Amino acid sequence: MEELLLKIKEQVIDVLNLEDVEPADIDTDAPLFGDGLGLDSIDALELIVLLEKQYGIKIEDPKDGKKIFQTIRTIAEFIEEKKK
Amino acid sequence: MSKRVFVTGIGIISGIGNNVEETLESIKQKKSGVTDIKYLETIHKGQLPVSEVKLSEDELIEMAKLDKSEPFTRSTLIGIIAAAEAVKSAQINDIKEYKTGLISGTTVGGMDKSELFYHDLVNTTKHIEYIETHDCGDSTERIADYVGVKDFVSTTSTACSSAANSMILGTRMIKNGLLDRVIAGGIESLTRYHMNGFNTLMILDKEPCKPFDDNRKGLNLGEGAAFLVLESEELVKKSGKKVLAELTGYGNSCEAFHQTASTPEGKGAYAAMKEALDRSGLKATDIDYVNAHGTGTDNNDLSEGRAIQTLFGNNIPKVSSTKGYTGHTTSAAGGVEAVLSVLAIQNNMIFPNLNFETQMKELSFSPETELLEGVKVDHVLSNSFGFGGNNSALIFSRY
Amino acid sequence: MDVYIKGIGIISPQNTTDSSKFLDEVVAHDTEFLSCVQPNYKEFINPIQLRRMSKLIKMGISASKLCLRDAGIENPGAIITGTGLGLVGDTEKFLNQVLDNNEEFLAPTAFIQSTHNTISGQVAIALKCFNYNNTYSHRGFSFESALLDGMLLIKDKDAENVLVGGFDEITPEHHSIIKKTHWVKNDAIKSLELLDHKTSGSVVGEGVAFFSLTGEKDDNNYARIKDLKTIYKPESNEEIEAKIDEFLAKNNLKKEDIDLVILGLNGNVDTDDVYYHLADNYFDTNYAYFKHLSGDYHTVGTFALWFAANTIKHQNVPEVARFRKENFTEKPIKNVLVYNHFREVDHSIFLLTQ
Repeated sequence: MEELLLKIKEQVIDVLNLEDVEPADIDTDAPLFGDGLGLDSIDALELIVLLEKQYGIKIEDPKDGKKIFQTIRTIAEFIEEKKK
Repeated sequence: MSKRVFVTGIGIISGIGNNVEETLESIKQKKSGVTDIKYLETIHKGQLPVSEVKLSEDELIEMAKLDKSEPFTRSTLIGIIAAAEAVKSAQINDIKEYKTGLISGTTVGGMDKSELFYHDLVNTTKHIEYIETHDCGDSTERIADYVGVKDFVSTTSTACSSAANSMILGTRMIKNGLLDRVIAGGIESLTRYHMNGFNTLMILDKEPCKPFDDNRKGLNLGEGAAFLVLESEELVKKSGKKVLAELTGYGNSCEAFHQTASTPEGKGAYAAMKEALDRSGLKATDIDYVNAHGTGTDNNDLSEGRAIQTLFGNNIPKVSSTKGYTGHTTSAAGGVEAVLSVLAIQNNMIFPNLNFETQMKELSFSPETELLEGVKVDHVLSNSFGFGGNNSALIFSRY
Repeated sequence: MDVYIKGIGIISPQNTTDSSKFLDEVVAHDTEFLSCVQPNYKEFINPIQLRRMSKLIKMGISASKLCLRDAGIENPGAIITGTGLGLVGDTEKFLNQVLDNNEEFLAPTAFIQSTHNTISGQVAIALKCFNYNNTYSHRGFSFESALLDGMLLIKDKDAENVLVGGFDEITPEHHSIIKKTHWVKNDAIKSLELLDHKTSGSVVGEGVAFFSLTGEKDDNNYARIKDLKTIYKPESNEEIEAKIDEFLAKNNLKKEDIDLVILGLNGNVDTDDVYYHLADNYFDTNYAYFKHLSGDYHTVGTFALWFAANTIKHQNVPEVARFRKENFTEKPIKNVLVYNHFREVDHSIFLLTQ
């Protein structure tokens, strides 16, 4: 799980172009949207593409993203869940 | 300023017809232009329905009697056909007789050919005649040359409100005496570029779109071109020609909220409609019909619906979106819907909002679902909202 | 149609972000195309917003802020932009994704930012400006249309002040494409020697500029824009002369009243004729040129307007920009006329006065 969490952090930093942010700076359980990293709906769409491209997981309804992309941990759990 | 601006000609081509007559016929028969993709080469064929102009480029070239060896983009071809029809409908014989401008709106420009030949343009010297058809101005200048306009040409590019903004500039130039008449509208052909772009935003419905429906899933893209001929009061008096409608109000406002979304309460939509109403000198209760932007996306229909409620309160006029017929023709939409608004006035008709089934929870009104004939349509409000926050509204009135 | 330039923010291939200076130090370019001197964007844009922005958006937001700061205005009555090719970098990025990935796995950001109204929309978001907002994209009339729109808003009292801008960028990929046309010189040349290379084509540049326009007269304004005119596809130099005659007469001026004519000479032997004609046979005054400083692009009228306004403000034509230097005479600069054309199709005239 730790390995996956780190990988996701790196990928999020890359696709969202979070300059000057290191994986260690991102709290695994902090909200990504709103107050946390300050991400918005366009970032959510970018994350949907990330899941499809890197993990082969297709999200059909963008509304589902809200739940999945709460924190880095919820993303990791979602990926683990899908792997099963 | 006391000067008035009149609509004396209309021209249109879209998925529901190649001219005004065919368009009206399709509307009356509730015949939608939204079908499986036929002309655009894309992996989304059979997956995403669109409203294409039902002619190949060869057929369009033939129709406009153009030279096949010239580099025409699809958007230029449909633009030429619609603009020529508008000029003819305004009974203009000598276009150079009066100071005439052409203002078109487009955002995709000549992308339909650029995307087809892009690798060649980068890597080879093939198809280089299409390097200069890429930009938005190319189509406007070719249309202007075709109909013979020389005094002023320009192109607006504000995504889905482009055509409405063309008409706004045209109106203001006539009112200021800079031009006597303006051919104004917009064009857009389907491209893989913007179809895939909209698809990444996850706002394309895989079924025919359902504007203002609680279960709406997004929009269907469409292509088309539509132009109005706008003329000054002096010119109309001089010629005594038939006036189709008067452009009585316009409004332009920016949402300044988010790159792709409007505020849930429809602040920008309200501001544009309110400005148009104030300029027209009409009261909200004078509006008989709102031809809504109504794309079928979650965000638009909610914010536009709320803005309509805020503006009209308890006296909401008939409202419908005609996107179910034409798809969302993006930059051309303001032109397509301006032509439909003029047709509504001329024919005393209100058009149905196709595919509506379920009332939206957040709204107190539902769109008109039947074709209403023989009804009073003296003033029509037409909305066009573009992503990026460019909201515009126009009011057309009976003369 | 009098409006005044109250403030300017411009990012160009020259050092132009400090509004107190006027080409004090000239940047000479010897590359294939002229790129902008980039400011430090962190000064204008917060990091969260900055991360998604492409170069041109950063330049756009920064230039708009420089302009409003220069004008001392917080929120303009309208935002209007013009661009010939829009956000070329973002367009290339998304188009290449579509083609290379066969329409799969596409990310939205480049697409969203590739529409021509991105900059006017982003500036509006940054300023929370809900007022009139528009974007024009029409070759050599892109910025000119935006300027006309802004001037009309002031004249009609729809706005007290407006923010009008123009932007275009050049990327290596796009340059590799347009090099295949006869509009672009094929070799890298020394930009300051642009007019000495008697060959076809010009050197491409880029730039972003915003102007704060107002209807209010003030001693601190740069200059007054008295009028502007666009001429589409003139057929001959005679037609152009007739149009200038008409334009000057409308503004109660004679050609002898023009103290400085700024010409859009771009070193293209195929299309510079009209400028030489105007200098040799029509006007008899001082001349300047500027495309050896900016390169040529669709909205280069922004650079010309900045240059013209500064000649009036500083009462000086920098040595490097004087054309026909040998005949240059020192005199007060009251009336300035800019003549520029885009590929002999879209011609435009600006008239500025003190």
